[in-house]
Amino acid sequence: MVDLKLTAKDFKSDQEVRWCPGCGDYAILAAVQGFMPELGIPRENIVFVSGIGCSSRFPYYMNTYGMHSIHGRAPAIATGLSASRPDLSVWVVTGDGDALSIGGNHLIHALRRNVNLKILLFNNRIYGLTKGQYSPTSELGKITKSTPAGSADSPFNPLSLALGAEATFVARTIDSDRKHLQSVLRAAADHQGSAFVEIYQNCNIFNDGAFELIKDASSRDDHLIRLEHGQPVTFGADNQFSVVHPAGGFGLKVQEGGEAIVHDTSVDDPAYAFALSRLSGSDLGTTPIGVFRDVQRPTYDELIAKQLNDARADGSPDQMLDDLLNAADTWTIL
Amino acid sequence: MSAGAKRVEQLDRVVIRFAGDSGDGMQLTGDRFTSETAQLGNDISTLPNFPAEIRAPAGTLPGVSSFQVHFADYDILTPGDAPNVLVAMNPAALKANLADLPAGADIIVNTDEFTKRSLAKVGWATSPLEDGSLGEFAVHPVALTSMTVGALADHGISKKDAERAKNMFALGLLSWMYSRPFESTIRFLERKFAKRPELVAANKAAFQAGWNFGETTEDFAVRYEVKPAKMRPGTYRNITGNQALALGLVAAAVRSKLPLFLGAYPITPASDILHELSKHKKFGITTMQAEDEIAAIGAALGASYGGALGVTTTSGPGVALKGETISLAIALELPLVVVDVQRAGPSTGMPTKTEQADLNMALFGRHGEAPLAVIAPKSPSDCFHAAIEAARIALTYRTPVILLSDNYVANGSEPWLLPSSSELPDLSVEFATAPNGEDGRFLPYLRDPETLARPWAIPGTPGLEHRIGGLEKADKTGDISYDPANHEFMVRTRAARIEAIDVPDVEVEDADEAARVLVLGWGSTYGPIGAACRALRQRGLPIAQAHLRHLSPLPANLGEVLRAYDKVVVPEMNLGQLAQVIRARYLVDVLPFNQVSGLPFTAATLENMLEDVVKNG
Repeated sequence: MVDLKLTAKDFKSDQEVRWCPGCGDYAILAAVQGFMPELGIPRENIVFVSGIGCSSRFPYYMNTYGMHSIHGRAPAIATGLSASRPDLSVWVVTGDGDALSIGGNHLIHALRRNVNLKILLFNNRIYGLTKGQYSPTSELGKITKSTPAGSADSPFNPLSLALGAEATFVARTIDSDRKHLQSVLRAAADHQGSAFVEIYQNCNIFNDGAFELIKDASSRDDHLIRLEHGQPVTFGADNQFSVVHPAGGFGLKVQEGGEAIVHDTSVDDPAYAFALSRLSGSDLGTTPIGVFRDVQRPTYDELIAKQLNDARADGSPDQMLDDLLNAADTWTIL
Repeated sequence: MSAGAKRVEQLDRVVIRFAGDSGDGMQLTGDRFTSETAQLGNDISTLPNFPAEIRAPAGTLPGVSSFQVHFADYDILTPGDAPNVLVAMNPAALKANLADLPAGADIIVNTDEFTKRSLAKVGWATSPLEDGSLGEFAVHPVALTSMTVGALADHGISKKDAERAKNMFALGLLSWMYSRPFESTIRFLERKFAKRPELVAANKAAFQAGWNFGETTEDFAVRYEVKPAKMRPGTYRNITGNQALALGLVAAAVRSKLPLFLGAYPITPASDILHELSKHKKFGITTMQAEDEIAAIGAALGASYGGALGVTTTSGPGVALKGETISLAIALELPLVVVDVQRAGPSTGMPTKTEQADLNMALFGRHGEAPLAVIAPKSPSDCFHAAIEAARIALTYRTPVILLSDNYVANGSEPWLLPSSSELPDLSVEFATAPNGEDGRFLPYLRDPETLARPWAIPGTPGLEHRIGGLEKADKTGDISYDPANHEFMVRTRAARIEAIDVPDVEVEDADEAARVLVLGWGSTYGPIGAACRALRQRGLPIAQAHLRHLSPLPANLGEVLRAYDKVVVPEMNLGQLAQVIRARYLVDVLPFNQVSGLPFTAATLENMLEDVVKNG
């Protein structure tokens, strides 16, 4: 890491931030800008790519390279950029509608390819920019403008989805917990390959208080599970709850007391992290945050770069082109 | 293989159609015959015609696959209207192609396949070989399968493998009939079956048996020669449009000194471009088979943003899916080449049949005012130069360019006079490296006064950090802007930028300069229109031909050209899409002539139509 003497201020663009006052996005922006200098990467080598939605305005506010693209396609655009420019640090900023509805296909394929992207999914469980329709992470029965009788759609669990695509880095954090948010960003940035970070983000206009249960000091301790690599997974005001592996059963469950599992982000089989992801439901009753999974496998970028490198030939490109054009059954007319 | 003692007759041109079941290897047979013919120096044009089904039920009409090759001792423009010779490997192949044959044509049939069951599959109660219904043709019955199996009896291969070699028997026979040099086919067999020497030997033997059969049987009393064509001096190869297009993209990468990034999703008839480009990594070419058409163009655009030549290749349905990203590329003002190998639509349509019906989509198929450049190649080998031209426009003017190929030129082939790399245009680009604003700021939308192109400032360049996006941008700064006057200015500027693209004037071929009728075409119809015009001129009927390569912007002299004639005819393989543009833009009441059969125009169809216009106005 190079000390470039950058500060958070260096990552603020000259654009006026136009989110609603009180939006959780402000906290995330400040956390990202505050954390960026730690990367030791010159600003010109950092690119933020986004899709459409409130969160996708993010690149305009970062004094790096940035592209505000079209709905759902940021992972595809960022894949082309990252694969052709492995020297860059490419970040995707997206929301629950952008990433999981219209862009669901691109998200899972970026993750399965393990493109070297840091994907920040701001999950507020609502469509904000289109003014308040339910999203693919809204709870079943959600009453919104487009579902006055309650939505009939079951929500995605974004982490389960990412793990199903065999994402190599999967984490969750919360907009209001700056320290935790930055520690997760740090781990994501350190990861080689796709890093998928779900950030619970409050939309104070259309879905205010969606995450209050795990934010409010009076309730959070009994519902929020802080995952720490190498530590037993326990929680509760008196640390009375344990996440255990039930004998003879699949997956994990929460119980009072008992022998808690010890969290290990390096478990190769995604089934472990998947089981952790299933602890959280729409009701947020037991919600793990932190890094679920952090494993290594070859990245798309390096595999592509290797193929190009292996094929690289010395010699004049013009001559190689002439050779290629002539590499067939040819005949000559005098 | 000796030259034999039979009478040799000289011909100036021949059209042969090989037809059989999808599994009979007719494309390969035609391809080999073409290659042999190319070696001889004839001019050639080919037309493959195959079903979209990989293997339709054997022996049925939908399963018939054919390959037509036209070769001559002078320069030709089309694969020929009607075959002089049909090779029919089964009753379905005979039935499917019979209507195209002129009286007197030679038909070589594989009699082994004319069983009651095979005849019944195509609805024939009696065999046309026996019921006299082929009286107007010269029928040559040949027991192709059994003679091949017989010739290979000692080769120690399965009966199935022996039967499969019957296409080489047919090729040997036709190669004898038309005095083709066979060395390239022998080399080809040695390459193709390198891992199975027994099949090399068997296929060579089958080819030899076919050749010998021609020489010995009394049914073939004459063999033919077609002398080499007088062509421009130089080195030639035979090439299909898709191959030429892929090589043109390689050339564009070399001549621009940029890495090329192809994002593509498999689709007929464009996939061969992806296959070809994926072989050329040593030119710094990355090919990505994306999860869908949208990701394919998205990745290409992302690569362009990073400083690569971004390309996506597809067919009509894919272009429909890519529309929103093309609009983004227009707003971002980044280079991007979008190749549309058109096929018959709408929807899935006829994926292996040709059409020119995506012109409207290319010109207008986006939301908002979203102009871009559109060009179309006129022949298989022209796809090479069209690809370079598309890259030139994209890189110079920072715009998406749609290249409208189609199935006819993509899969058809012709001899190609090989260019040398050094004579191809220099496509070098300059990335922005320093702030361009008076106050030391970087203004991503400050335009070059001549091209109206904005700077291409790629990530990694210190001091030029900036944000771009699909929201309307303020002039010069690129900041988000909802200002009414700014939007009006930006919309008009984006349009002016496309209109200002430097494209060559359209040329008019008017041999006698006496023509009162102009025929205006675009893209792949060049061959049949040109052949029809030649035929008319030979008959003393003057006609002028102009052909458009640039559809957007149109050449500056086009209005003047159109107004110089009493009548302008516009033949298209659609329902009049260019005709509508011409009428709207130039107020010239052109006469559309349209065909949407999935097949290219025949020269005769156009000749008849144009004759009527020339004579009767």
